[in-house]
Parts: sequence; C-alpha cells; structure tokens
Amino acid sequence: MATTVETADGKKTKSVQYIEVDEVTIRFAGDSGDGMQLTGNQFTSTTAQLGNDLSTFPDYPSEIRAPAGTLYGVSGFQIHFSSKAIHTPGDRFDTLVAMNPAALKVNLKLLHEGGNIIVNTDAFDAKNLKLAKYDTSPLEDNSLKGYKVFPVPITTLTTAALEDTGLSKKDMMRSKNFFALGLLYWMYNRPMDQTLEWIQQKFGKLPAVADANTKALKAGYNFGNITETFTVQYEVRPAELPAGTYRNVTGNEATALGMVAATQKAGLPGFLGSYPITPASEILQELSHQKRFNFRTFQAEDEIAGICTAIGASYGGSLAFTTTSGPGMALKTEAIGLALMVELPLVIINVQRGGPSTGLPTKTEQSDLYQAILGRNGEAPVPVIAACSPAGCFYGAFEAARLAIKYMTPVILLTDGYIANGSEPWLIPNAEDLPDISVPFATDPENFKPYVRDEHLSRPWAVPGMEGFEHRIGGLEKQHITGNVSHDPANHQFMVEMRDRKVANIANDIPDQTVFGADEGELAIVGWGGTYGAIRSAVERLQSDGKSVAHIHVKHLNPFPKNLGDMLRRYKKVLIPELNLGQLAFLLRAQYRIDTITYSKVQGLPFTPGEIEDKANEILKSI
Amino acid sequence: MSNEEATKEQLDDQVKKLTPKDLASDQDVRWCPGCGDYSMLSQLQRTLPEIGVKKEDIAVIAGIGCSSRFPYYMSTYGFHGIHGRALAIASGLKAGHPKLSVWVSTGDGDCLSIGGNHFIHALRRNVDINVMMFNNRIYALTKGQYSPTSQHGQKTKTSPQGVIDHPFNPVLIALGAEGTFVARSMDRDPKHLKEMLLRMAQHKGTSFIDLLQNCVIFNDKAYDIYTNKETRGDNTVLLEHGKPLVFGNNRDKGIRLDGFRPQIVSLDDYSESDLLVHDEKSKELAFILGHMNDQPDFPMPLGVFLDIERPTYEEELDKHVQLAIEKEGAGDLNALLHNGATWEIEGNGK
Repeated sequence: MATTVETADGKKTKSVQYIEVDEVTIRFAGDSGDGMQLTGNQFTSTTAQLGNDLSTFPDYPSEIRAPAGTLYGVSGFQIHFSSKAIHTPGDRFDTLVAMNPAALKVNLKLLHEGGNIIVNTDAFDAKNLKLAKYDTSPLEDNSLKGYKVFPVPITTLTTAALEDTGLSKKDMMRSKNFFALGLLYWMYNRPMDQTLEWIQQKFGKLPAVADANTKALKAGYNFGNITETFTVQYEVRPAELPAGTYRNVTGNEATALGMVAATQKAGLPGFLGSYPITPASEILQELSHQKRFNFRTFQAEDEIAGICTAIGASYGGSLAFTTTSGPGMALKTEAIGLALMVELPLVIINVQRGGPSTGLPTKTEQSDLYQAILGRNGEAPVPVIAACSPAGCFYGAFEAARLAIKYMTPVILLTDGYIANGSEPWLIPNAEDLPDISVPFATDPENFKPYVRDEHLSRPWAVPGMEGFEHRIGGLEKQHITGNVSHDPANHQFMVEMRDRKVANIANDIPDQTVFGADEGELAIVGWGGTYGAIRSAVERLQSDGKSVAHIHVKHLNPFPKNLGDMLRRYKKVLIPELNLGQLAFLLRAQYRIDTITYSKVQGLPFTPGEIEDKANEILKSI
Repeated sequence: MSNEEATKEQLDDQVKKLTPKDLASDQDVRWCPGCGDYSMLSQLQRTLPEIGVKKEDIAVIAGIGCSSRFPYYMSTYGFHGIHGRALAIASGLKAGHPKLSVWVSTGDGDCLSIGGNHFIHALRRNVDINVMMFNNRIYALTKGQYSPTSQHGQKTKTSPQGVIDHPFNPVLIALGAEGTFVARSMDRDPKHLKEMLLRMAQHKGTSFIDLLQNCVIFNDKAYDIYTNKETRGDNTVLLEHGKPLVFGNNRDKGIRLDGFRPQIVSLDDYSESDLLVHDEKSKELAFILGHMNDQPDFPMPLGVFLDIERPTYEEELDKHVQLAIEKEGAGDLNALLHNGATWEIEGNGK
C-alpha cells in the first residue's frame, strides 16, 4: 500500500509504501563509543511495548573504548522481532545500521541479500576506510550492489539539528546514535514516546544533554519522514502470545529476580557474596538495589571471599548466593567442596563465557559443564541445572534455590553470556503461584544431631542464635549422625556414598524429560543451556518440512531426569550441538552408553538455527 | 581481680551464668602437650562467660592449621572452614546475622599468607568480629615449614640455609589495613591474655590480636626472651592507656620520643614524666609503637596499640536495608516482578 505523506511544513510530499512483514532482524553497529548498545536497548523497549515477540543479541568487544574506527572495536546490537513466537536473535539481518566502514565490513556477511544498509556517510573518510582495511570506498566501488544502500550523513545532520544548543561539536556528535534510532523508529513505524521519556529520566539533571538527544532523535525520525531517500515503511504486528502481563528481561535481570523471588518464598533474608566479573556483574548490580527485600549484597575482595561470605551467611540462616563467570568459578572450587561437606544451602551461578583462562570475556561459550559437574577434589557431587533463555534464568535461579534448601547442598546454575545479555519478553508470573520453598528449621534441641538425615537424606538446618542447637561443622570428614570429625575408613566410604546418593535421589524430585516432537524417530537433537532457541527454531523448520526430528532440551544436568536414557535410545541418531568440544555428549555417552554426534562451535558466538538445520539435514541424508 | 568483678556486675541478668566448663565441647583436645593453644582455649572459655552474650549467640570460626581446630573444642556454634578463608566466612556470617558474637581463630600462615587478602579487607570493612591470630612463626600442622612471620635467617624444613623472606609485622599490617582495634599478647601470660580478650569483646568493629604462641615441636622457645621470667622485663613493655612506658626487670628503663623516634632511656637520668605516655586513640603513635621492636634492643610492646571507633560494616549494611524499607516500603514481590515497562496481551495466543 502506498500513501502520500504531507509533512508538517507542507512543503514536501512523497509516496511511502507500507509493507507488512512477519519478522525483522536489525543490526546496529558502530564504534564501541558510538552508543550502539543504548540504541539497541531503546529500540528493544519500544518494540517490546508494541507487543512483538523479540530476542536480542548484544555483541561487543572487551575493551571499554577500543580505538575508533578499527575492525576489532566494532560494537553490535542485534534485535529480531516478530508477530510470531521466536526463539533467537535471528541468523541474518534485514537491516544493517553501519556507523562507520569497520561496522559495515564486520557485519556485511550476515546481511540478507537485498537487505537494507543505512550508512553514516560522514564516517567514510580516508582514515576510517584505511582502518577498516578498505582499498576503495564500498559506497563508490559498486561492491554493495545487491543491497539497498541508504547513505545518510548522520554526523552532519545531527550537528545541524543541534546547532542552536550551544554544545561543542564533540558533544553534539555524542547524540548521533539518537539520530540513527529516530530514523529506524520511522522506518519500522515505532513511536518515540518511550525513548523521549527515558531521555528525560536519564538526563534530567543535564538539561543540555537531554535536549540534544531529544532533538537528535526527532531529527532522525523527521529525516525518514521527509526525505525522498526512504520510501518504504515496515509494519510488524503484535505477536500472538499467551495472555498475561509481559515485560522485557535480560537473562541477568531475570536471574536476579529469581533470586529475590526465592528468598521471599523461602521466607529467608537474601545474601549475595560476589566479585564483579563479565558477564555476571549485572546480577550483583541489580541486587544491590533490592535491599528493601532484606537482601544483602557483599562485594567481596575476590572470588574466594565471594563464595566464602555466602557460605558464612548460609551458616547464619540466609538464603545465600554467589555469582561469577568461568575464571571466578575456578577460584571458588575449593569452597564449593566445603559447602557440600558442611551440607548448607548455597546457589552458585556461573554465567559462562569463552575460556579457558581469561578467554573471551565478552563472548559466549558453554564450556564449563565439565567443571560444574566434575571439577572438584574428592568425590564431590553437586546438582547442576542450566537456564535456556533470558526469561528461563528466572526459573533456573528459583529452582536452584529450591533444591539447595530442600537438600541442604550447594547447587550450580549455569547460564551464559548469550542469554545473560540477550533479552526477550517474559510472561510475568504471579508471586502467589510460585511454589513455597520455606525451610523446616530444626525444632527439637533434645534430640538434635547435626548429621542425622531426613527422608531426602538431608541434614537439619540449625542456625547460630538457636538455643540448644550449638554444634560444629567444617570441611573435615564428618561422623554420620553426630557430625564429629571422623577419619574412620568405613565411615568415610559411607559418607561419600551417602552424599552421592543424596544428589542422585534428586532425580525423583525433578520433572521427567520432555520432548518437542515425536518420542521416537530418525533424529533427536539434544541441547542444554543457551542453545535452546537456535535448536528449537531449527527443529521447527525441519518438522514443518516433514522431517522426523525431535528436540530434547536438558535443564537438569546432574542428576539427569530419570527417563532421559530410555528416551534417547528411541532415535536412530542423536545430535548434540554444543558451544564446546562435546561436554554434554561425553556425559551422556558415559552415563547411558549411547552413540552421539557432536556438533561443536567454539567461536564466542551462539549457534544460528540455519547451522543446526544444515547439520541435521546432513545427518538425515546419511540415515 | 577487681577488673573481673566489675565486668561481672555489668552482665545482663538474662544471660545464664556460664562457667568455662559449659563452653568446653565433648571432644578430646588434640594439641601437642605443652602447646600454647591450650592457654588460649582456656582463656577464651574463661572470658566468654563475662561478655554478657548467650552461648547460642557465640560462633567460633576457623581456617586451617593447629589453631584452627579451636571451634571443635568449644561447645558454642563453630565452623572449621578452609585454609585462609576464616575471615571471609566470618564476615559473611556477621553481615547476614549481626547479633552474633563472632570469634575467629587463625594462625600466622592461615591469616597472613593464604588468607592475607581477606585479613586486610576484613579490617578495612570493620566487620565486628574478633580475630585471634595464633602467631607461632612457623607452619606447624604441615610440620615445620617457615611462615610469613618466621624470622630472617631462621632455619626450617624449607629454609635449610635460613629464611630469606622478610617477615611480616602483623601489628603494622593490621594498622595499615585501617584496623580499629589492634593488640598483642602471649600464651604465657594468661592474665594479660584474658584482659585483652575482654577488651576485644567490648570493641565494636574488627578486633585483632597478635597472640605470641609457642610451638613446642617446630619452633620451641621462639618467644623465650619475652616469656622467660629472667629476660621478660627487659624485653617487653606493657602498653597501658594514659600510662608512661616503663620497663626493665627492675622497672628502671623507659621509652621517650625523640621527634618521631622512640628512645630507650634510663630512669636514673629521666623521670617518668619525661616518658612517652600511651594513647590508644592515636593512630600515629600506634604506628610508632608497632615499628619499635623491629629495631634491635627495643622491647616488644604488649597490650592495646589502638582502639578507635568507626561504624561497623554490618551496621551500615543494616542501615541501608532499613533505609530502603523506610523509603520504598518493604519489598513486594509482585511489584518487583512488574517493575518497569509492562504490557498486556489478551488471550489471542495458544
């Protein structure tokens, strides 16, 4: 449908075509100082409000401000939004916003053929072209034919719009991301209200900055509206999702919310002992604002202190957490062993990133599974669960806390950088509907023994301050029932087996493994953690092509659900895509003696559905 | 014993009159015969009944090492942690449960070597815990390797040609880390030790005591010149708030200040009024006294170097919790879950 637009000043008219599409993927890309994450987040909030389903993927370098214009300094934010339910931030994008030549070069390969490129032509000078290793300007050498290129002098237009603000040129240029955002708001028919409000809130104390950003945003929108450059506006209708109240959450936000919810449902004060580390820091930041929930945050001097303060707080009767990422997890190892020896509840959250060592701090990976399950001295079983999406982090944190309290044990929750930073709409649960996880503290001082066990093999929780329950615990082996230090050989074997049995028995307390698709067939694609969305999208496509493919997504990794082994045996082939060299595959093969095919990707990047689809098709052909 | 009686009078009526026996656990104490740790255990068991805290509100936290077996021998709440981490565990316990009386038993290796980081950070935070550092200048439980307080040149299992690491001065580290209560005492002077433990209990904030303790097996007589009756007077000086620094077997010597430098003077030439008068409130003086026995011939100061006030970590954390509740109301989970921009979707989906 085409419409003729008359602008506010009535001088110009143009014909605009409205195209309704089901789904769109946009990539904002620029220097790490260009504010692309902010632009992406604003576009996301507005899009969430319009009721689209969405998924985002922030992708940025580990330097705060990498040198401007360089290929390694490119910061990107991808958003996939749709009128249907979606699971990933999208394989390839429809529109690329490139604030400079490096951003264009790094991202072009993932732009759909015929896709839109909005370039800031001001940044395509000799210096930036050279930094991006272009011999000739791609805007002039015909290399972009096959795409719809929209050259916009964003810097010039932004400074022109801000001429009368009295700001320096440098300050004016800071607003150019708002110009780009405004332009995209016009192009995808999104209202500016929410961002305008946000600007007032965020920069209320700096009226000049608020004014500049407001003007730049509106200038971008009007530029789209007025000029002849853009003749197409896209429309993406609200998605059909289950009824209810929604909000947009990142994985780290959802994790923090799940932690608070668990303390509330447990009726315990909350405690987080943590040391900042990418990409887990937001959880600590978020929770430092939740003190009204009687939730205390302790920014420790190091990772070891992070977990040890949490163990101390747990000993003192708080529901205690520690959050970290891979290298921090390595440092916490000894203390995890202590927590399991003293049998106190503790939730350890590892937001995995690229490893080993410092690895790829801002990039995602799933390579800490061995560490979570096996990485301690001694026979040291710890329940491990993994969240599969940003919103899934809420339930992951809650479930980890439930198990920790019920079984008096440390529990490891694995998330990863991809779902921790990514966001999606979340159907908000009612607090009343969340399960009660309150604690039956020890009540009978006469017969109290610290290591006597209940039907779940859990020992009683008695907290300093409770009269008559004074007792000693620690990392040395405990005598069964009395909890006294014991080096008795038979007791040690008994206690090792007891702790193992306690954790293994959790299999009776977790849901049976479910399957998406038929419960037998040619191919099962088995995943865990953040690969959920990519696998699900691929399996949906394969199934709609009539292929015999099922998706089995494992959330409980230690112990596994009771029916998992039998389930896996009902498929001819089992494909396991993992962002590691095959860690889940190793564990499944060891436990169930089944053959598996590993599809490994260790590039700091998530799988795309297309990659998994291709791999599945290749296997299906061979059956 | 007038000091002791006065403290007893202040006891809360509600607190049971505990005896040292009530504080002993049913476990056999397994330190070597003659170990200084026995004296420490006995003094803590004598002191705790006098601090006006119920038995169930006392927790003893430890790391790893001989001294760190301490919690097992107390009938209070106790936690034997992992090497070097007692202070982190204790800090978390106290931060989450402020009303407890928390005592940490740690050694010179546990506290200053593997646990050095937690030590300095506990002190700067001023968590209200009492840190008893058993300083025998040796790794004992691992059987005789040198520790961070072993003396330069000391021959140990891992330093057959003598230690080349310069030793830490625990008092100066504690002061440098902004400790608010720093003291020193010895296993061989139970009366002084008990007095110091009482002072620690009374102090709000991290109390640190450098407890000179004899290891009969691996470092016997390391402190002999300070504990032996014949040499003790000449080699130690008692720090008492408001009193001049007099020492010597015949109490015939004193310390005066020459600028910033301490100077040993004879009371034949000077009178007591010329001497340095101890002031527990002076950080500057604490550093001077902390340094003093690093120099040859100077006596080892025993007593309270510094006792000053600063808000405790858990008080401030609690204040933030209370302020947040006052300002924003007690947490409402539904409100939190719905925080920020939300939108409704009516039943158009599956």
